[in-house]
This record gives sequence, C-alpha cells and structure tokens, in this order.
Amino acid sequence: MNAIADNLFTDEAVPRLIGGRHRETGRIVFPCPAGGAWETYPLARAGQVWSFTVQRYRPKTPPYAGPEAFAPWIVAYVEIPGEVIVEARLEGVAFDAVAIGMAVEFAPVPLDPADPASPLIPAFRAAGDAA
Amino acid sequence: MSGDVCIVGIGIHPFGRTDGLSGVDQGVFAVRQALADAGVAWPEIQFAYGASEAAGNPDSMVEQLGLTGAQFINVRNGCAAGGSALFSAQMAIRSGEYDLGLAVGFDKHPRGAFNAMPAEYNLPDWYGAAGLMVTTQFFAAKITRYMHLHGISRTTLGRVAEKAFRNAVHADHAWRRAPVPLDEILDGALVSDPYSKYMFCSPAEGGVALVLASEKKARELGGPLIRLKAATMRTRPPHSFEVFAPMVDIGGGTATATRLASAAAFESAGIGPKDIALAQLQDTEAGAEIMHMAENGFCADGDQEQWLAEGRTEIGGAFPVNTDGGCLACGEPIGASGLRQVYENVVQLRGAGGGRQVPGDPRTAYSHVYGAPGVSAVTILER
Repeated sequence: MNAIADNLFTDEAVPRLIGGRHRETGRIVFPCPAGGAWETYPLARAGQVWSFTVQRYRPKTPPYAGPEAFAPWIVAYVEIPGEVIVEARLEGVAFDAVAIGMAVEFAPVPLDPADPASPLIPAFRAAGDAA
Repeated sequence: MSGDVCIVGIGIHPFGRTDGLSGVDQGVFAVRQALADAGVAWPEIQFAYGASEAAGNPDSMVEQLGLTGAQFINVRNGCAAGGSALFSAQMAIRSGEYDLGLAVGFDKHPRGAFNAMPAEYNLPDWYGAAGLMVTTQFFAAKITRYMHLHGISRTTLGRVAEKAFRNAVHADHAWRRAPVPLDEILDGALVSDPYSKYMFCSPAEGGVALVLASEKKARELGGPLIRLKAATMRTRPPHSFEVFAPMVDIGGGTATATRLASAAAFESAGIGPKDIALAQLQDTEAGAEIMHMAENGFCADGDQEQWLAEGRTEIGGAFPVNTDGGCLACGEPIGASGLRQVYENVVQLRGAGGGRQVPGDPRTAYSHVYGAPGVSAVTILER
C-alpha cells in the first residue's frame, strides 16, 4: 500500500489507522509517538463524527503536497469509541449531510483524487458505504 | 518593590498593510509614540522585552532608537509572544531590578493564511502534506462542536463580526473600519464552515509599545495610574483540543490553556469576572470570542446566544467586548496582537476612547490571547 508515511496504516487487506498506546498509563494517542514508552496500537475502523468543517481553499504549499487543482473537502474529528478522537478527511459525504454523531469507517484515499497511484492519506467514509 | 507595576505610556502603529515599512520600523514608530506619551526619553528606558513571530529580531530596533546599551530581550512565543513580553517586563520591575522599561511587539506577515510547518510543532510531515496543517480547520471544528453542544446559532457568529466592524469605525489603529451588514457577513464566501470570510481575521502588520514603571516612578511621571494587576501566560492542560491537533482524548475538548491563564490572573488580581468592566478577548474568528467569553469565566456555556441578541457585549452594553474591533477588524500581527488589546484597555481606562469609549467611567479591563499549540496569556488592568 502506498501510504503517505510509514507506520501510519496497518498492512491488512482492509487497513486500519495505527495509533500508539502508552505502556504504563494505557492512554491511546494518534499518531504513535517515537520512543520506548509507546507501543503501536491499531485503531478500530468504526467511529462517529465528533466535529467537522469544510476546507474551502487550497492550503499553502509547503507544507500541503496535494495537486494544484483544488476541490473543497470535509475535515472531520472522528471518535473511535474507547480509544481516541482522530483528525482525518471525510470522503463521499455531501457537505450539507455531515453531522456530529454520524457513523463512519476508516477508508484511506489518494492525496490526488485524479491520480489513484498518489499516496494514500487518512480518511473516513459513511459507515457501510463501500466504494 | 512596593506597589503595582503601572503602564505609563502607550503607542501603536496602525494595523493592516503598510507597504514600504518593515515590521521593525512599525515597532520603532510605536515605541517613539509610547515614550512621548509617557514623557520619557529612550535613554531613560532601562530594559525592553520585544515580541515578533516573523518580522525579525526586536532588539535590532536599538539601531534606530539609540545605542544606550539597554538590556533588550527578544521573545518568540507564538500568539502569546506579546503577553509573554509583558509578563517578563512587569516581573523585571516587580523584582526590584528596574523602575522603567518597555514591552514592544510587532509583526509583518505575508497575505493569506499562516503556513506553519509540521516540524515546528513536533508533528510528522505527512500531517502538513495531507492538508491538515491549517489553523482555520481547528477553529471551525471547535466552534462546530461548541454550537452543537451549547445551542449557539450561526447568526450569533455573524453578530460578533458585525459588532467588530462597527466598533472599529471609531478606532484609528484598526484595519477594516467600514460596517458590514449582518446578512452580508452571513452570506459571505465560506472559508471553513460555518465561518464566512468576514468571520475570520487575517494575518496583518502592526506594532504596539507599552512603557511600564514601578508605582513610585509612575507617580513621579504623573498622570492616571493604570495598574497592571495581573499578567499570566499558560500552556495547555491534559485533554485539551488545540490548534494543529491530530487527535483529542476521548471526553476531552473542554480544558484549555485559556481557563488556566484566566484563573491564575483572577487569583493574582484578587478580583473575579463580575468585577471586570470591559474585555478584549481573542477573536481570530467570530466563534473564538463566543467561546472565550465562557472560557474566561464571564458567562456560562450557551449564554452567549442571548447575550449577543441583547447587545450585552456592545460598547454601550453591560459587558463590552473587543471595543476596537478586535482581531476581526484589526487583523493579527502575532507579536503585536496581544499588546494591542492592552493598549486598547489603557485607552478605555483613561477615558480616551472617543466614539468607542465605554461609558460609565470603567476602572477594570481584561485582555486575553490564545494560539498554537495551546498557549494563552491574560492581563487585568485597574485604574
């Protein structure tokens, strides 16, 4: 899988996001910090929208590495129950249909929608909305 | 030292865009105005703390002000830079080391949103590459959840921006000084939902300087004693939700650096939120003013809907907020922004606000900034 960074997604047929679990406190975080205090912890795929917005303008480059062509996308914070709330894109949902509490599942997408071979970035989609 | 640290001189270079004038030059402009206001000359200044995020080293202004050898310490602390400079300056006097000094801040940012780099915030490069290193996303996501939890309408966000531009009409140093009707604010192009372009402030330019003195020195200089009763700066607590946050802890999102800085300031001043006559609250976007009203203890979560509808935070209201139009109307030159709030509070406590003067002879004023990656600074002034 062509992930945008190493150790970000699990190497499974249906990938999961890799978080970190503190070896002593059990706190789960994302992404997994370096260092011996943390062990990698694959996060559950299913969650609910905790909050969101729509990114309406092309972010500045650098650091944004996406294509010059820009179409707005949803940025969501997704609560993975019992684990952590993570920030990622939300794809395939109309801007006026997204709502706090909506059920979603992890499904990474290419950074450049026009180029499926471009690196995959963290994203969720509506639960059960298999592409 | 006995007595309070007092603010005896204020100066400001108008905010906005000033082509051909560097950030340092705008800082020098503000310093000269503050010195004249205090009735002191540069060689009398014993020390300075200078704040800038992106416009060069503040101490380079001694080239223009005069090579007196005075101690000059540069401060770079994100959106809390101005507050940190002020905190440090008052401590230098409170310690008894000095009697007369300066807190100065300036900046000059390129147009458009800030483009922070992940490595500056100890974040992985992919976070920026994926398009998530964007301050507006955080601010919009924070207010979206707050509106959901506490029943704040989008119209209330619009009312905050409408008030900002209306107040700025009377502030010479503000950038956007034309009133904008509420429907135009609400119907403006969306930047990050639910915010339209009128509901976000822009990076800008400007400079502010404050001359600080021991109470003894301030009495020698004459004029009303504007006492700095508290100046605090805090970083984020556990379970907070901050700018550039790839994650939030489950159940988190309500603890903030603001709450810590605010509580510490009230404790230091020995007064509470109900004793404050007016406030300048960080309003980098309309919802920030709403949330910061509650985070600083001035109202309960959700009260803002009624407060704004009733005009309680207007200049003539029971609790005026952002009397010079705040960041929404002045823009945000990071190093100067927090000091602009204190400048405005001194103007108000002197009764020198002209068309934007808060009526009723206010005697207490509060200022608050917030920024990445979870820093806040608060001041309380008293006359």
